[in-house]
Amino acid sequence: MDITELRGIAEEERQRRRPIRVRCCTAAGCLSSSSGAVKNALQAAVEQANLEGSIEVCSVGCMSFCGRGPLVQVDPAGILYEEVKPEDAPSIIEAINGGTATAIEGDLGHPFWSRQQPIVLENSGRINPERIEDYIAVGGYEALHQVLTDMSPADVVEEVKKSGLRGRGGGGYPTGLKWATVAKMPPGQKYVVCNADEGDPGAFMDRSILESDPHRILEGMAIAGYAIGANHGFIYIRAEYPLAIKNLRKAIQQAKKYELLGSQVFQSGFDFKIDIRIGAGAFVCGEETALMNSIQGGRGNPRPRPPYPAASGLWGCPTLINNVETYANIAPIIRNGGDWYASIGTEDSKGTKVFALTGKINNTGLIEVPMGTTLRQIVEEMGGGVPDEGKIKAVQTGGPSGGCVPAELLDTPVEYGSLQKLGTIMGSGGMIVMDETTSMVEIARFYMEFCRGETCGKCVPCRTGTVQLYALLNKIMNGEATQADLDLLESLSYMVKEMSLCGLGQTAPNPVLSTLQYFKQEYLDLLKSPAELKSHPVATTQ
Amino acid sequence: MSLQNQSTATLTPEQKKAADSADKAKKKESDRRFKSLEMTMKRHHYQADALIEVLHKAQDTFGYLEEDVLRYVAQGLKLPLSRVYGVATFYHLFTLKPNGAHTCVVCLGTACHVKGGSQLLAELEDELGVKVGETAEDGSISLLGARCIGACGLAPAIVLDGAVCGKQSTDEAIDRIRGVLAQ
Repeated sequence: MDITELRGIAEEERQRRRPIRVRCCTAAGCLSSSSGAVKNALQAAVEQANLEGSIEVCSVGCMSFCGRGPLVQVDPAGILYEEVKPEDAPSIIEAINGGTATAIEGDLGHPFWSRQQPIVLENSGRINPERIEDYIAVGGYEALHQVLTDMSPADVVEEVKKSGLRGRGGGGYPTGLKWATVAKMPPGQKYVVCNADEGDPGAFMDRSILESDPHRILEGMAIAGYAIGANHGFIYIRAEYPLAIKNLRKAIQQAKKYELLGSQVFQSGFDFKIDIRIGAGAFVCGEETALMNSIQGGRGNPRPRPPYPAASGLWGCPTLINNVETYANIAPIIRNGGDWYASIGTEDSKGTKVFALTGKINNTGLIEVPMGTTLRQIVEEMGGGVPDEGKIKAVQTGGPSGGCVPAELLDTPVEYGSLQKLGTIMGSGGMIVMDETTSMVEIARFYMEFCRGETCGKCVPCRTGTVQLYALLNKIMNGEATQADLDLLESLSYMVKEMSLCGLGQTAPNPVLSTLQYFKQEYLDLLKSPAELKSHPVATTQ
Repeated sequence: MSLQNQSTATLTPEQKKAADSADKAKKKESDRRFKSLEMTMKRHHYQADALIEVLHKAQDTFGYLEEDVLRYVAQGLKLPLSRVYGVATFYHLFTLKPNGAHTCVVCLGTACHVKGGSQLLAELEDELGVKVGETAEDGSISLLGARCIGACGLAPAIVLDGAVCGKQSTDEAIDRIRGVLAQ
């Protein structure tokens, strides 16, 4: 494979395309609302009308408005149809030539769309994830070619540093710095790992990226491999995402076939192969040292750091671990330059961030917004507020490691720093909206139940702390607790936070602490005085 | 054991022959499955690092990880049985007990929880008479909970025999379950 061949494939693909494209979302969300049948019906309608020469029906990845699926978009007219049923198909095809479609037409001018700035998701919902040719036609693998021919590994690291990109898995560690650390390790076996163990409940950004644009991740990992001097990459993905696994496997095969992975990529001296490792259901494996243990076939127990994976990772070799979304940003950064990326976002946080907007909100789906967009813009304008004219009570970010931002602080911009100041974290991108009917104590208990079940059991503060915190929250919920229990809940939370070995335990009390900070009255309302408890003993339920 | 011997002794020769051939077929089937497990281990060059991959394959093939299978894997990968057992019990997706003929997984992720997923699970527990994580006594269905299946746009969601069903009300979910049970 050389650049002329690559561009030849792109040209051929563009020639092959019909002037009118009907894109049908077949990512996991829409697929489960039978978008497969919709696609077949559209195809049949095109054939029925004898329009195969001018119209093509393509299955594409996530079109991001998941709550209104199945989604179909007709290009170049730019008409979006929502909640499409197979029986709508003939009318959608007729509408191209002046008829009226029976399907619900979406409003692409709505802030849900107009406020988005797709970089990570630029191909998502536009290309067929199962065809490498589609990816090449939109400039795929050009960035890999560029680094292999025009740039030294140090240049690549420099460009990533310049972009100001920070880890999108939640930690927010500067990506360029991480790359530089691994690159500086003495030459020898090194590894690149993609963390696709998206365990946060309520988050599905990485699943969508992998399902919709898998080649983007392969390209990002290969560029990382070149920059740090690694020839082998692993993608650690959770088993709960079968479609993402299938699309990734296919993508790796296709890239190998076109010699975009393997030995002497683009006839350079660079070799790179990628293997998939499938998780088996353990939230703690999102923690990098636990993840490495799992790749090596062991229990997903974390270990103390240092040594950091950059110094001693897989099989003791220097290892670079980044999240899916981080790798997805790499190709555009190389293509457009680090300065371009750094011009988007804010001083503290550069670029864009993908969020999974869910919960009690009208417009559910994936959004990609520039850093610095306020939570209010996201939830009220893009999300369209709470259904049935309800009121927003809080927005939860960061999953079980994050916290709840109350409605009065919604004007906070989305940035690593500003969210941290509020006692929550950016996290991997789950954003769950809660309305007035949600009990915040119950939400704290929900997350603690999660952490209690997911603790690996290696260190005592996390193993027993989460169990005790859960018991206290239960006691409060059941109206059996006094002020003393609430005080204990708070002090124990700080203890678990300070003393735990890994990120899971260190952040597990965050939902409790943040709800205590902003919604303390809800806790207080559930408390009893010792005298009350004595005169009306409550039957113990736990 | 002695009971079984007695019952075989009272069988007519024809019945005995039929029972024997059924036993043989069972053994053959089990051999075939062990063979495919062996192939997987061979493909990974019997490397201990491949333990999770091999256990995935074993569970796909046998439906669950019975003791024989764990012993076989331990022997193949030259690992202590304790290590294999430790890994098999660490991860939620590995099960040491057989599942029911059908499985219903209720997503308990935050988005589903906020939209009533936990309530839905409680109602399904009542309807099916099984607790979460358990299998009905007749082996017809297992009711499981999932941390998050990533279909948050469709909350609350269930996965019935591998198919994701979104925006489920209790009645709708029960209807679907009755549908698959009737098949």
